[in-house]
Amino acid sequence: MKNPLVRQALTLWVPLVLTYVIVLLLVQAGVVDAYMQVTIATICINIVLAVSLNLITGFTGQFSLGHAGFMAIGAYATALVTMRFDSIVGFIGGLLLGGIIAALVGFLIGLPTLRLRGDYIAIATLGMAEIIRILLQNFEFTNGAAGLSPVPQYMDWTWFFVLTVGSVMLIRNFVRSRQGRDAIAVREDEIAAESIGVNTTRSKVLAFTIGAFFGGVAGGMYASYFYVIKPEQFGFLKSIDILVIVVLGGLGSLSGSVIAAFLLAIISTLLQPFPGVRMILYALLLIVIMIFRPQGLLGNRELSLRLLPGLRKRRRDDAGTEAA
Amino acid sequence: MKRILTGLAAATVGLAMLAGCSGGAGTAQAPQGDTIKIGLNYELSGDVATYGEASVQGIELAAEEVNAAGGIDGKKIELVKYDTKSDAAEATTLATKLMTQDKVITVIGPATSGGMKATIPVAERQKVPVVSGSATADDVTVDGNGVKQFAFRTCFNDSFQGTAAANYAVKKFSAKKAVILRDSSSDYSKGLADAFRETFTAGGGEIVSEDAYAKGADNFNAVMTKFKGQQFDVIYLPGYYTEAGKAIKQARDLGVTQPILGGDGFDSPVLAEQAGAQLKDVYFTNHYSSADQDPKVQDFIKAFEAKYSAEPNAFNALGYDTLKFVADGVSRATEKTGEGVQRALAETKGFAGVTGTFDVDENHNPVKAVVFIGYDKDGKLFSEKG
Repeated sequence: MKNPLVRQALTLWVPLVLTYVIVLLLVQAGVVDAYMQVTIATICINIVLAVSLNLITGFTGQFSLGHAGFMAIGAYATALVTMRFDSIVGFIGGLLLGGIIAALVGFLIGLPTLRLRGDYIAIATLGMAEIIRILLQNFEFTNGAAGLSPVPQYMDWTWFFVLTVGSVMLIRNFVRSRQGRDAIAVREDEIAAESIGVNTTRSKVLAFTIGAFFGGVAGGMYASYFYVIKPEQFGFLKSIDILVIVVLGGLGSLSGSVIAAFLLAIISTLLQPFPGVRMILYALLLIVIMIFRPQGLLGNRELSLRLLPGLRKRRRDDAGTEAA
Repeated sequence: MKRILTGLAAATVGLAMLAGCSGGAGTAQAPQGDTIKIGLNYELSGDVATYGEASVQGIELAAEEVNAAGGIDGKKIELVKYDTKSDAAEATTLATKLMTQDKVITVIGPATSGGMKATIPVAERQKVPVVSGSATADDVTVDGNGVKQFAFRTCFNDSFQGTAAANYAVKKFSAKKAVILRDSSSDYSKGLADAFRETFTAGGGEIVSEDAYAKGADNFNAVMTKFKGQQFDVIYLPGYYTEAGKAIKQARDLGVTQPILGGDGFDSPVLAEQAGAQLKDVYFTNHYSSADQDPKVQDFIKAFEAKYSAEPNAFNALGYDTLKFVADGVSRATEKTGEGVQRALAETKGFAGVTGTFDVDENHNPVKAVVFIGYDKDGKLFSEKG
């Protein structure tokens, strides 16, 4: 346990690779059928959306209601590029382009609005997402309200795994970096952060841009799996759906977002046989969870295999920071 | 440490062997047991829940009738119903669930074109037909890559409706000039407007002016005032009843007297509520008319009113026809599998439903007549076949 590399291998890479291989084998064996694959796809997309919004809202403390807008940009970019260049290169290019345009929009919107504080940002981001949606609805090249179809499907389990794990790891590394610490300082107390030399606007814009990038990537994953995209799919309610996952998992907890994405997919699946009351039960469950866990499932703590007794580091101070 | 890794490796190898043994995945199989399972994949909550619910009402009525008459080859129809939440991705998910887990022989729905399109790739892959009673966009069953083998519908498409309205304008009102007011947030509205424009101008007519409103608009005074200052013979208003009712009322209040034509989006009692006494000289294309004296239609209306205590609308009627259409396909299919039903549906000839008698053409569209429903200059309701 002394060697940190071995410890990382054991708590991170081995379980990840195992998960990948096992699911891949189960898919090939037909145990994981087409329906379960769609559910896994939904979970993966929701994880990327939630984790990227968590960076903005949970870690940096900027209440954004516009994540569906970034998702829409990514989805349309991926769809338009892959429909024209129907190849794996077109798919990767579209995914990257979607992420980059979303990041650029996030940067341009963030620069003026993130100087605002608190609730104003929520309104500004809400407006941004609505503008994006209405533009998509009125442009000729996006085919207006009918949207784009059929979008070639390139996403499979391997891509979902790589993109989801990649997004979570990159955001995790960012949060642990110096810039990430700055962002958390801004969330905790903007004035105090400023007084010790944190460039608060820069921190906020950086987190917002990175969050927007991954929101765009998630949109691309969505477009390349679900065949049809329409502007109305990226409305205000979609932003709320993503926010629900983040708040449910815990603001400032990446593993919380991941768990919440799983949990909501499972609840949704279990409720499918009751079409009439499904959405009522779903909402009721959310209310109950929020009453008993107002800070979200994990609060701002992280769940990690390192917390398992046998794998825990001996030094208490380090274990303390892991858990906090 | 080493032991853990060895254990994990062994588990992986074990799993791999297990996977190798259990073989390939099965696709959709023949329905087993003594029922015939048909999936309903409809919008029961969300934005367009009214369409989904209305369709399902018609479908359930039809299923009861088929079962009461002894089912299909002695087997009862069993409906497996899910809610797409008016979300296209959820429609894909549930279509997959219906085809792979519930192993239905055919999926009916969703009601909207976007939702329907999201289920077609699943249908093609699982080889189970999907049928919609109300997905009217032109490219639902056929696009640049040819006809989609496993997609069917029992309603005519948007361009057919727009074309019929344009012909009606020329024939009935000798219209030479028209204005178009459409809903910019709806692909349905765009489809109708495009077809109307094309047919109308091809016949020597002229579109004097074209304008659009957004979903939820309630003030049409500006656009109607603008129209009033122009010379034209008819207004084409391909939109939904919520906005159309208000637009009609405001047009008449402002003294715009030209006939107003619309599409099946007008078909709701809400239209008359919104427009009130100003609902005059308004005509729209529809799938069926409750005033039709055909005994088949009258029997349907009676049965529907007995079950739901309400007058059926076009979605009810189309839902009803869609289930009967599928049941007819299943009973004619030599093999009771998705592929067998697909072949039977594609060969349908002379299917007699309450929305008309039709054949299925090579693009999987029904070849059927359009009905015009109109409120004449005195506001009196009438209908005629187009």
